[in-house]
Amino acid sequence: MVTLTIDGKTVRVPQGTTILEAARTADIRIPHLCYLKGLNEIAACRVCCVEVEGERAMVTACNNPVQEGMVVRTNSPRARATRRVNVELILSQHDCKCATCVRSGNCQLQDTANDLGILEVPYETQLPQGLRMAWTTTYPLYHDYNKCIKCMRCVQVCDKVQSLNIWDVAGTGSRTNIDVSGNRVIKDSDCALCGQCITHCPTGGLRERDDTQRAFAALADPDKVTVVQVAPAVRAAWGEALGLPRELATMGRIAACLRRLGFQYIFDTTFTADLTIMEEGSELLRRLKDGQLERWPMFTSCCPGWVRFLKGQYPQLTGQLSTAKSPQQMFGSVAKSWLAQKLGVEPERIFCVSIMPCVAKKAESELPTMATAQGPDVDLVLTTREFARMVRSDKLTPALLPEEPLDDPMGVSSGAGVIFGATGGVMEAALRTASYLLTGANPDPEAFTAVRVGPGLREATYDLAGTSLRCAVVSGLGNTRRLLERLLAGKVHYDFVEVMACPGGCVGGGGQPIDKEDRELGSTRGDQLYQLDRKAPLRFSHENPQVQALYREYLGQPLSHLSEQLLHTDHKGWNMPGEA
Amino acid sequence: MSRLSIETPDKAQTVLSGLYRDMGRRISASQPGLCPVDMSLNFLRLCHAQTCGKCVPCRVGLGQLAVLIEHVLDRTATLETVDLIERTARVIADSADCAIGFEAANMVLSGVQGFREDYEEHVLHGRCICGLSHPVPCVSTCPAHVDIPGYIALVREGRYEDAVRLIRKDNPFPAVCAYVCEHPCEAQCRRRMVDDSVNICGLKRFAVDHSPDLPAPNRAPDTGKTVAVIGGGPGGLTAAYYLSLMGHTVTVYEQRPKLGGMLRYGIPDYRLPQQVLDRDINHILSAGVQVHTGVSVGQDISMEEIQRQYDAVYIAIGAHTDKKLGLEGEDTKNVLSAVELLRDVGEGRAPDFTGKRVCVVGGGNVSMDATRTALRLGAEQVTCVYRRRVEDMTALGEEIEEAMAEGCQILPLQAPARIEADSQGKVAALWTRPQLIGAYGRDGRPKPGDAAEQEFRIPCDYVIVAIGQAIEAKPFEPVGVSTVRGAIQADLTSAVPGVDNVFAGGDAVSGPATVIRAVAAGKVAAANIDSYLGFEHKIRCLVDIPPAHLTSTPPCGRVNLKNRHLTDYRGSFELLKQGMTPEEAAQESSRCLRCDHFGYGIFKGGRSTEW
Repeated sequence: MVTLTIDGKTVRVPQGTTILEAARTADIRIPHLCYLKGLNEIAACRVCCVEVEGERAMVTACNNPVQEGMVVRTNSPRARATRRVNVELILSQHDCKCATCVRSGNCQLQDTANDLGILEVPYETQLPQGLRMAWTTTYPLYHDYNKCIKCMRCVQVCDKVQSLNIWDVAGTGSRTNIDVSGNRVIKDSDCALCGQCITHCPTGGLRERDDTQRAFAALADPDKVTVVQVAPAVRAAWGEALGLPRELATMGRIAACLRRLGFQYIFDTTFTADLTIMEEGSELLRRLKDGQLERWPMFTSCCPGWVRFLKGQYPQLTGQLSTAKSPQQMFGSVAKSWLAQKLGVEPERIFCVSIMPCVAKKAESELPTMATAQGPDVDLVLTTREFARMVRSDKLTPALLPEEPLDDPMGVSSGAGVIFGATGGVMEAALRTASYLLTGANPDPEAFTAVRVGPGLREATYDLAGTSLRCAVVSGLGNTRRLLERLLAGKVHYDFVEVMACPGGCVGGGGQPIDKEDRELGSTRGDQLYQLDRKAPLRFSHENPQVQALYREYLGQPLSHLSEQLLHTDHKGWNMPGEA
Repeated sequence: MSRLSIETPDKAQTVLSGLYRDMGRRISASQPGLCPVDMSLNFLRLCHAQTCGKCVPCRVGLGQLAVLIEHVLDRTATLETVDLIERTARVIADSADCAIGFEAANMVLSGVQGFREDYEEHVLHGRCICGLSHPVPCVSTCPAHVDIPGYIALVREGRYEDAVRLIRKDNPFPAVCAYVCEHPCEAQCRRRMVDDSVNICGLKRFAVDHSPDLPAPNRAPDTGKTVAVIGGGPGGLTAAYYLSLMGHTVTVYEQRPKLGGMLRYGIPDYRLPQQVLDRDINHILSAGVQVHTGVSVGQDISMEEIQRQYDAVYIAIGAHTDKKLGLEGEDTKNVLSAVELLRDVGEGRAPDFTGKRVCVVGGGNVSMDATRTALRLGAEQVTCVYRRRVEDMTALGEEIEEAMAEGCQILPLQAPARIEADSQGKVAALWTRPQLIGAYGRDGRPKPGDAAEQEFRIPCDYVIVAIGQAIEAKPFEPVGVSTVRGAIQADLTSAVPGVDNVFAGGDAVSGPATVIRAVAAGKVAAANIDSYLGFEHKIRCLVDIPPAHLTSTPPCGRVNLKNRHLTDYRGSFELLKQGMTPEEAAQESSRCLRCDHFGYGIFKGGRSTEW
């Protein structure tokens, strides 16, 4: 333990603790912008500078460990002056038009500047102009050079957590900025579109392409029948963006909001999560029986970030992906076929919107393989954040709205579908149903919880009616890369592997609300989904009555010709940039 | 009113003069990977501030050039802009009235021509081509990428064993390099922006001198693969060491009776005592390397046989044959090559020069070694003859100064013409042609030419030729190894193109270079041979590095090593350079700015813990 004095307070902390964390234990908050614990402790913004007795220069609190007897002052005149000037300098290269910024009210720079009471910046505004600030407007990920404060967090998240190295420092001198690495443009890069850079950005430097106005336009179009689906992980997070307590932020209130926004049919992606289990579970058993999994496992295919990663990094393994479409895309297919038939409207009139915790879903919905002659299966994808913006735009107050039911038939779901939103959930749901399909009896729904929690990679082997199934669950693309390398080196063998691109699964998705305090909320949100599952009247995908009806009335059975046509896809039918 | 007064610089000028010195140091300490276009722009701005404002091309033109380059960096330019920059710079270079203008334009011109692709990348894509491959300047300029801030921090803490262990992760010759490394790391040391570079080499010597001999770390499990290394010099032994640690069975073939190559047979003992070399070699051998000394490939064993017997072969034969002057009288008795002389001394067959006059021809480090060795062998007079000026000599400045301080003469601007023999066929004199230093050549150095003066006769008893070394690659040709301009052909991964399991590196490939370059080549070869054999062993060092001190020390003079001073150097091959005192080492190590922790290092990783 080390004893030191911060602002006159005696503090005792373990050796190796940074000044910033030591101060935090004494309820002394040192402002900071670039610091992200464990990931970006690089002292770039110099906002956390403090005065340490006996040191010549100011010392950054974020990356320097405490020393015995150290005397630290966080609010000395010199510390105040340092902090203020450095924030003013950052503001001089920041587009300060907060009124038109997606992060206004949820921006660490805005807060810091406001707290410091900076009413004017004494320096000239220096913002890149013309081509130097140009970014594609059609790509799902948007980088605003003028709002970026070069904190490098995006670089670190992408390098260290996701292992894709999409971002890097570019340019020279005062023109230094953050750009796509290797002198590429984003459209030509192998970005998985996980969106982790967005959720770790302290300002509006990164965001999703904003599609809210297209959604409002569709709602205003009398010829369109608007159908909306809500992904499982959205219900565990949307309230954060609206200041709604967790217990009030229910699926029923999402439905109430969507109805007031004008959506005609409000459904749940968990319905097609259950459908995915039927298709993917059946496919797994077929592949297992056919001996197709002897060398490599079958991979889940519901996460488009993961699919992009695999195709971009290990295209030789693309064939191991389940051919099942993701729940979002199955939803689109079913909405524009079975549902259209049931509602008696032409598929072309259905405008299918999805609300997703994800940025890659925007790209997935635009794939050429995810459309028919009637148009794309899913017309528009909104992130959880965009949905919250629409709610705010209409001045809805969800806390005051009643919980409302979803619509039939695609609003019915099981707890197995709900846990799709957390890492391990797809695996667990699939095992529940696979076990039923092999034994004819439901297993204990809690039988497969070993794949739920733990480090980035979990492994478990289950015996399903005499068939031994070696399973692995992984989330985060860095973890995924390590797993694939071990797999390719022949060090591990599995039959079935669930991969989610975002750490913690969709609950930690790149389209989720951004926490201003930099807390990683994935596991809190995941717990909420597992709670919903525990309380759900249905725990098994195969017991979803509307899924049963869909097979009975329309598809026949899993992997039938029509199922294959509507619910499965060819992952080789499109290419990642640079993929031959 | 007085007619004249003494002019003294005013305060502003005095301060400015100090800033010029600071700026000069700062520019030379620029880290690798900076954008050449941005640097050009700012050099140009500096030049423009120097303009007197009289003539148009300089006063207006330099400013307009700056605007145009600014457009390039702002991505508001087109490729025509680059042409306009070139055209304008050419006219300024052609028509500015004085050097302030035309030399500034020449700098821009050489940039537009020398790195046009950088200009074009900025115009077309708004990007720099350059980039920092390693964020710590000293580590990136060290060919073997030794963790310099790491071991300096360990020296500061008094952890000398750990410092040596850490160095050995990347360089198994810490002791040798502590004595004779040319320390390219110091050239771009960021401390130069404050005062002067850290004496990195001197601190390494302090660590080495204060660390006991350590055994090699444990080898990886035996792989069953065999590797032959041809040549027991620094490069060969480096490769052998790491490959052995990786678990391969390594055999070194050395044609001389002892290991060390040029370290033993090229570097005189007063710079590198043999027992220092032996410390490193013993450590390397403790990693389980097998050695056959006195075996010459091509004579005692054929290359084909070695290639057949071993899974992989590394050729690291160095450059040990001497180049000839091609002069009349060169085969006269008592004309020696420097390589021959130094080798004989290294093997204990030193000639006796007592009372003799010796001429050494050449201006490189080997020439200085020969010069100073000749003096120690008792020569009455040693003259180093060089056809260019002293400042053009390629030897380290320190070596030249020391040679002169010891009493050797340097005779510059004399090109050897012929060697005169006496009646017994022995050297009687070296005749030289006086030279006039002239225009700059393509290599950026001024070229000498014959002066309109009489030939010059230097009476002497010995002539030592030190004008470069060559390699003997014949024995390797049968397996498909080829040479171009006297160097073995191998690519940057050390692989010999077209010859499956053969790798080559070091002086034999690059031409005569430094110890640390040979070590770096050996390291590259070890990694790639390991991959070639189907493995991915990692070399790592688990020493934990002390955290950086919070802020840096204020400007402080650099501690330089002192030479022992002798009244007469004849007959003494004793070590000259004295190590730092503990007090000096403590102060010097505190000067390190810890670029692994501060600046770009902490962002992009100031340390690679394994390779």
